[in-house]
Amino acid sequence: MDFPILSIILLAPVAGVIFLLFIPKDEFKLIKSVAAIALGASFGLTVYTYFAYNQTAGGLQFVERYPWINDLGVTLFLGVDGLSLPMLLLVTMIGFAAVFASWNVSERPREFMILFMLLVVGVMGTFVAQDLFIFLLFYEVVVIPIYIMVIIWGSSKRVTKEYAGMKLTIYLLIGSAFLLVGVIAVFVRALIITGVPDFSFTGLAQVPFPVDFQIYMFALMLLGFGSLLSMWPFHSWSPDGYAGAPTAVSMIHAGVLKKIGGYGLIRIALYVLPAGAQFWAPFMAVLGVAGVAYAAFAALAQKDLKYVIGYSSVSHMGYVLLGIASLNVIGINGAVATMFGHGVMAALFFSTVGFIYEKTHSRWIPDFGGLSQQVPRLAVAFLLAGLASLGLPGLVTFVPEFTTFIGAFKVYGGLAVVAITGVILTALYILRAAANTMFGPKRAEWDHLVDIRGPEMVPLVVLGVFLVVFGLLPSLLMDMVNNGVAPLVAEISDVLQIGGRF
Amino acid sequence: MVEFSMTHAWLVPLLPFLAFAVIVFLTRPWKMLSALVSVGAMAAGFVISAYAAYGVFTSHSLIEKSLEYSVRWFSMPGLNIDVGVKLDPTSAMMLFMVTLVASLIQIYSIGYMRGEKGFSTFFAYMSLFGASMLLLVISSNLLEMFVAWEGVGLCSYLLIGFYNHKISAREAAKKAFVTCRIADFGLLLGMLALQIIFGTLNITELGEKIANFELYTNAATLTLVAVLVFLGPIGKSGQFPLHVWLPDAMEGPTPVSALIHAATMVVAGVYLVGRMLFMFLEVPEAQQLVAVTGAFTALFAASIALTQREIKRILAYSTISQLGYMMLALGVGSLTASMFHLWTHAFFKALMFLAAGSVLTALHHKADIWEMGGLIKKMPVTGATFAVGGLAIAGIPPFAGFWSKDEILSLTLSGGHPVLFFMAALTAFLTAFYMWRLIFLAFFGKEKPENHPQESPPVMTVPLLILAFLSLVGGLVGTPWFPFWGEWIRFGEFHHAAPDYTVMILSVILGVIGIGLAYKMYVKDVSAEQRLAERFRPVYTLLYNKYYIDEIYMWFNHTLVDGAAKAMYLFDIYVVDGIFINGIGAITRDTGSALRVFQTGRLQNYALVFFLGVLAVAVILAITGPAPAGLVWGGVR
Amino acid sequence: MINSLSLSIGITHFLVLSSLLFGIGLFGALAKRNAVMVLICIELMLNAVNINLVAFNKFVTPLAFIGQIWAIFVITVAAAEVGVGLAIIIAIYRNRLSVELDDFDWLKW
Repeated sequence: MDFPILSIILLAPVAGVIFLLFIPKDEFKLIKSVAAIALGASFGLTVYTYFAYNQTAGGLQFVERYPWINDLGVTLFLGVDGLSLPMLLLVTMIGFAAVFASWNVSERPREFMILFMLLVVGVMGTFVAQDLFIFLLFYEVVVIPIYIMVIIWGSSKRVTKEYAGMKLTIYLLIGSAFLLVGVIAVFVRALIITGVPDFSFTGLAQVPFPVDFQIYMFALMLLGFGSLLSMWPFHSWSPDGYAGAPTAVSMIHAGVLKKIGGYGLIRIALYVLPAGAQFWAPFMAVLGVAGVAYAAFAALAQKDLKYVIGYSSVSHMGYVLLGIASLNVIGINGAVATMFGHGVMAALFFSTVGFIYEKTHSRWIPDFGGLSQQVPRLAVAFLLAGLASLGLPGLVTFVPEFTTFIGAFKVYGGLAVVAITGVILTALYILRAAANTMFGPKRAEWDHLVDIRGPEMVPLVVLGVFLVVFGLLPSLLMDMVNNGVAPLVAEISDVLQIGGRF
Repeated sequence: MVEFSMTHAWLVPLLPFLAFAVIVFLTRPWKMLSALVSVGAMAAGFVISAYAAYGVFTSHSLIEKSLEYSVRWFSMPGLNIDVGVKLDPTSAMMLFMVTLVASLIQIYSIGYMRGEKGFSTFFAYMSLFGASMLLLVISSNLLEMFVAWEGVGLCSYLLIGFYNHKISAREAAKKAFVTCRIADFGLLLGMLALQIIFGTLNITELGEKIANFELYTNAATLTLVAVLVFLGPIGKSGQFPLHVWLPDAMEGPTPVSALIHAATMVVAGVYLVGRMLFMFLEVPEAQQLVAVTGAFTALFAASIALTQREIKRILAYSTISQLGYMMLALGVGSLTASMFHLWTHAFFKALMFLAAGSVLTALHHKADIWEMGGLIKKMPVTGATFAVGGLAIAGIPPFAGFWSKDEILSLTLSGGHPVLFFMAALTAFLTAFYMWRLIFLAFFGKEKPENHPQESPPVMTVPLLILAFLSLVGGLVGTPWFPFWGEWIRFGEFHHAAPDYTVMILSVILGVIGIGLAYKMYVKDVSAEQRLAERFRPVYTLLYNKYYIDEIYMWFNHTLVDGAAKAMYLFDIYVVDGIFINGIGAITRDTGSALRVFQTGRLQNYALVFFLGVLAVAVILAITGPAPAGLVWGGVR
Repeated sequence: MINSLSLSIGITHFLVLSSLLFGIGLFGALAKRNAVMVLICIELMLNAVNINLVAFNKFVTPLAFIGQIWAIFVITVAAAEVGVGLAIIIAIYRNRLSVELDDFDWLKW
């Protein structure tokens, strides 16, 4: 830890926030530039970290440890491994792109950017924290900016933005309430068993919790993380929330925030409570499959573009849950990689729809048609995101989904088949939305639209590059993920099969 | 150069892919340059393929053991996927054929697409398509093949929807993609099963393991897997019941129909089954399914083609029908015959599509053959080459189609499938009839005064002539007397069967009768079809409406799928949201409003309650005696 | 007589006195409308407590002064409380021109 790169990644947006406080509130360009530079610095450093990570050595790297609350065993313990690096990359990438997707925000841009950067810091923090306490701390940081941003900069369609913001926040809080109970119980129990207070993931994972206890605690964490991951039937915040939220929030939220759920399930619930995971895995699989099919059908019935993507993202999270529930390396690898792929795709999708909405003040599909003739670049972005959503090989989502399916099919057979029908349904709703929005005869009322250009192109370029490059060279992603997942799964499968800890 | 080409066969797909990237990012504003980049890449690919094919077809060792090299694509414990090149006579032949036909069609497109708005985009898509198709051909791994498989599907989607300002084109594109997706669902499941059972997706390794599949699984499972895998080809190669997208795909520009929906992409399904033939041969039920599907599709599509009026639609049904032949050949276990028909079909069908494109350009996209007539006088090259294609598909010797079709027919008969043979022979007759119905109506007979056709420019007619030449001689590589083809492209031992003159003569007779009947009905007595249609009105209506399959699917899609979607959505809004989420919210709110009446805001009320509380505690303590310490602390300790 | 009378004054008398005083204070605090009266009644209650404290000190632990000390504390706090309370009442009066507690129901929902 000669150079505290993770701290700098975390603090760059904070520095941006402090800087923004001293900028007059009507310097629109400058405000956005500062945000872009701050998040860009994080993004650049993360890309560097991603490629500087030593895969042969594996394990936690770039570790930083600052003791904080000794009596509770809390340390400000930062570090990344193959599981958290893709997620960190995702946050910074989407955060950077989202600034440009919000380039035209003209209402209180300074407050917007400050809150947004705090949000990004919170999300980043959850992925680099290696200490349960710090993880929860960052997680709570996330909630407040989201609520404020939704109710100030959001939009009201089917539901009001206040309703959407409230729903989003309450769900997040309910999730964290379940988590908090679970976390405190786990900590206290570990303290009783070992006698040493320790909040770090690795420390907790060494504690031999009784099986009954694990089962109860895993249920709590499944509820907490699951509702964050929009696990069916705790998903209903997702479409409404995304529809109400401003573009940048939708991007971050669908792109990475809900992945905290999946990440937490693997990193905390699975790692610390493997026997609980084994007990609940079939239930998770059923909920995942139900989510895939159910949300895909629901997406088919939508007429609002954001609702289509909202339900679509619920459906994709079903794959993640299914992958995790398979409890083998392949399935969990697939789940993590699917989270990454879906994040890039969803962010691009939301930014595109955000631009459409900004330019037309509509997201209602029947209002559109033939937009590809008026805004061809937006059509490219739309189609790219759509094709990634339906898992087209050569884009970042395909290999992860395939891997998930292998892992799940091995374990659950017929149940997994139901989830795989998702590929058909996804194609159906995505292509329907694309056809009715982008193709067909053009409409005169949209002739005045100006295509995206300049800074507005950044989301398309940045996210598009990752979509294609990680799609064509999946080992860039899969090797990294496997590097994080394989040791973790090896450790828990020892426990599950041999019963080493009991 | 031969050596280089064989070890660098991956350049063949890579070049068009680079062309795609170059056109999209650099040369899009300059139309001709884009076209040149695209054609150049494809032509370079053709040269490499030709050398590679030469190399393959001169080294006998490659028949049994293909040349393979690969790199790791991604890996994790228990799942290693390589991408690589598998070069054997079959793939070398495909490389050669695809690059050749694609080059010709791209050259033709320069003329055909002249003045179109998306000229550069068109060539970019064509290049991307070429790249995907060629990758599919050389794939050494099923997953790699699947990537390319979806890639060609994407290009097909983009190109069918090339005129996407038209609703029909946009719907056709969507239909093509979704239909193929349904099929790919099966293929994907099949691949997952193969990977899980055999631990590899490498085609060669799969071949070795499936030869001893009892070690891994039982026959019933493998049959199921084979059927799942076969679902993919059913969609991609337009077999019944997933053929519905292919006729609609004719919404795309004609060169697209020629290249993608006749010569190359649609045969990908056949090629895949051919590649996996070792699996189908292990499980006879699945193989039987392939044969029956093929024969039925051939006959089924031919019968629809009898009554259609649009020139490209007839050709599309003809393509479906011919693909059925190829499947049939695979179903009776012959890679040789199937690939041979694939080879000849590519030439004559591409030829006919391009000729049709030439006609459409001349007639300003008037597609109904009843509104054409006598075109051969104004468009001699187009007409003559189309007729060559017609002779080839009708199975008249020595045209290419004769040899390949004859081989399929005789194999079906000798393989002990009399019913399938009957269906195939009937199809051969129908094919000759409907194809020459088209030719007689469009090119012969009375000229229509409202048409002012003009022969197309050389950039279009030269490819036609080359393809006509190939349709003429392309079959000579595999005649019963000179079985070069069967020696090289085969699965299992090479059998040099004696020429079966009965079948040969029968097939010629059927072809001639078909053409003769068409001549009688459409040149001699033009109203014959009318009268027949009147007499067999229900049959005619049924055929003309393509057995109402589209309508059934539409009903299914709109009623069941959309109905289910609606139901789920309403469930979400009214049950999940309405009852649970908002219900919990409402309970909280109502509890709050019920309790708030106690907040009178009068301090004295609060103080009174406070006092009563203290009093209650005091009374309780007075009754129970001194406070037991456990009451307070017991809960915690 | 005087002697017997002086002897019979025990802790009970103090407690009866202080409970009477407390009861009066409580009634006043709960029932009086005038804020100043309420304050006075609260003082009554506090002083009842003081009597209690001193009496207990006298009869239970005559040697220690805990009760007295506590009583002094209570007196101090009571003084401070009355100070604050009166200040609030004056502030409210300036605002509302009333010291009727019935008018002070702004904490209501």
